Amino acid sequence: MTSAASLGLVSCHTCSLVSRAPDDGEGLCPRCGSPVHSRKPGSIGKTWAYLIAAMILYVPANALPMMLTSSLFGSSDDTIISGVLFLWDDGSWYLALIVFVASILVPLAKMVALLVLLLSVQFPVDRAPERRTRLARLYRAIESVGRWSMLDIYVVALLCTVVQLTALASVHAGPAALAFGAVVVLTMLATESFDARLIWDPVHQFHERRATT
Amino acid sequence: MSDAPQPDRIPAALATPKSGRTFPFVWLVPAIALVVGAWLAISHYLERGTTIVISFHTAEGLQAGKTKIKYKDIDIGQITEISLAPDLSGVVATAELIKGAENRVVEDTRFWVVRPRISGSTVSGLQTLLSGTYVAMDVGKSTTRARVFTGLEQPPAFTTDAPGRQITLRADDAGSLDIGSPVYFRRLQVGQVAAYGLDKDGKSVKITVFINAPYHRFVTSNSRFWHASGIDMAVDSEGVRIKTESLVSIAIGGIAFATPFDESEPAPITADTVFRLQRSQADAFKSPDRIADNYVLVFNQSVRGLQPGAAVDFRGIVVGEVTAIRTQYDPDTQKIAIPVEIRVYPERFTARMAGGAQKSERLVRNGKFMAGLVEHGLRAQLRTGALLTGQLYVALDFFPDAPKVKLDLAQSPPELPTRPSALEDLQQTLVALANKLERMPLDTMAQDLSHTLKTVDTLVKRLDSEMGPTLSEGRQTLVELRKTLADVSKTMNQANGALSAAQQSLGPDSALLTELQDTAREFSRTAQSLRALADYLERNPQSLIRGKGE
Repeated sequence: MTSAASLGLVSCHTCSLVSRAPDDGEGLCPRCGSPVHSRKPGSIGKTWAYLIAAMILYVPANALPMMLTSSLFGSSDDTIISGVLFLWDDGSWYLALIVFVASILVPLAKMVALLVLLLSVQFPVDRAPERRTRLARLYRAIESVGRWSMLDIYVVALLCTVVQLTALASVHAGPAALAFGAVVVLTMLATESFDARLIWDPVHQFHERRATT
Repeated sequence: MSDAPQPDRIPAALATPKSGRTFPFVWLVPAIALVVGAWLAISHYLERGTTIVISFHTAEGLQAGKTKIKYKDIDIGQITEISLAPDLSGVVATAELIKGAENRVVEDTRFWVVRPRISGSTVSGLQTLLSGTYVAMDVGKSTTRARVFTGLEQPPAFTTDAPGRQITLRADDAGSLDIGSPVYFRRLQVGQVAAYGLDKDGKSVKITVFINAPYHRFVTSNSRFWHASGIDMAVDSEGVRIKTESLVSIAIGGIAFATPFDESEPAPITADTVFRLQRSQADAFKSPDRIADNYVLVFNQSVRGLQPGAAVDFRGIVVGEVTAIRTQYDPDTQKIAIPVEIRVYPERFTARMAGGAQKSERLVRNGKFMAGLVEHGLRAQLRTGALLTGQLYVALDFFPDAPKVKLDLAQSPPELPTRPSALEDLQQTLVALANKLERMPLDTMAQDLSHTLKTVDTLVKRLDSEMGPTLSEGRQTLVELRKTLADVSKTMNQANGALSAAQQSLGPDSALLTELQDTAREFSRTAQSLRALADYLERNPQSLIRGKGE
């Protein structure tokens, strides 16, 4: 199976004009002047960088308190997991489930998925096209689910602005909110900087190898 | 149509100038993430503050995650966990303090639970009815940090940083004092009772009071403290006096103090100065008895009416008190004596020295002083204080005629010689008299008497026989005497007649008197004529020669 890259063609991401790539594979679209490249330059490196940053910040995001609540009857510092446990104990298991999925599971799953994608691109073990299709499906999934992981940040932001009855109760964002927000943004950046076409490059080699044998 | 596109119909992309090798800026992102993550973790760790452990008797009102720890009403921490003490004697509360508070939690920092409290003089902690209880903190002065504390059950009466001074008092009993009871100086409340408790030996009560600044300056080493509780009523020769401090102190008790002004500079009080808390102001102002000697008195009479605490009195001056009344059995002689133990303050004998000599404390030391007095006849005697109640007291007095006794100072306590009481003295005299009477030879006396009477009888008889003739002679003489008297009576009658005749002739309207009057008048006229003649002659002496002129 041939690919645009193997034919020395590049497609413009802005106006979708197909043009012949310069020798080093990078140039400007002859129609709209946007940069064109056969593969996103440094895609893997960028993705790695964002992913590692996200993984680093994931630790404080979960370990530190997300929300500082103080009221007439006491104050509490809630981490994400303690909030989930509180909701669970409170009987609102469905809410607990939603928060758990959106705030803990999804970012974690995204990072794991990106890790899998990156490793499978850099160290392709199974080059069969069916496998690659599965990887692509994974990529589409993390891209679409990304926006939902901001749920927790929304909740905190909303409570911070609404619950400010200084004397009776107040809610403040904890240090984890910053880290958590950064995790979400970084995973989205990582997803965005990952060039999905890299998934298929090993397939080409798979066909070539089959052809030679 | 061929699968392959037409390369020549596809426009070529514009080549970009090579920018050489660029720095992978994207790797700054994980670096920044690392820094931010580390910063978040470190700052959170640093902001966590200190964790301390406070043990309380009960967890009443305490809630993990809710109960605050406050210092001067500012939140400085929160109780995070409450558990039972391992030995079930109380609860252990784990609290997390905010950053910066760890320097304040030192060894003598105190914690107590603020609950609504209503006592006699104070109402506190009412705000906790609404806000829930909290743990209050008082920062100590020590510099050694600590992490384990024992919470106070009662809020302290004063905080460590309150200006003033803490004073320790020792009293026989706590009276009606309570924590927070007022302390008065010149009827002004200047402090309060901070704590009280039994001494370790259980013999007295230790009371800690706190005197607020600036009044603590007035407490010096010769300050006197006394119970101002209740009403002090005294009936004496000046009438009835009732003394109280304030209505509050009547209700809840209190302590008053005063500092007698003395010329000498009072010694400064040190941290371990302990003042004596006296029962009353009068007690407090008595000059303190620094020397107290114990003696034992053995009485051979009933001590009914004598009680421990009864006065030992020297001519009306109380010089000591009875401390104990016991019995003492001697198995050899089968005798039971009653030793009465007394305490004498010899200094009370020597308040002033004759001739204005310097008073020396050595004088009354070692009991030599009392030994000297005993040699001069000092004896103890039981006397009746009040006839109605039969209360007895011990009187010390001099009996110079008492048999000589030496005070044996080697005994502990030495035995002070006694003397029977006045009533007993009388009783003994009567007994002695009766004994003497008994010893009298009444029989022989009676015989002597009858003999004497017989002698008298014979005497009378002899008189009778010898005096008979003399008596008849006397009778004759008397008869003659009567005759003579009758003659005298006649003569008197004649005299009487003569006198009445004289009276008649000399009566107011008798002829003799009238003639006498006429004669007198005649004489008077003659005298007038004579006077006129004399006057004339005086004026006209020549008339004697020439005769009466014209």
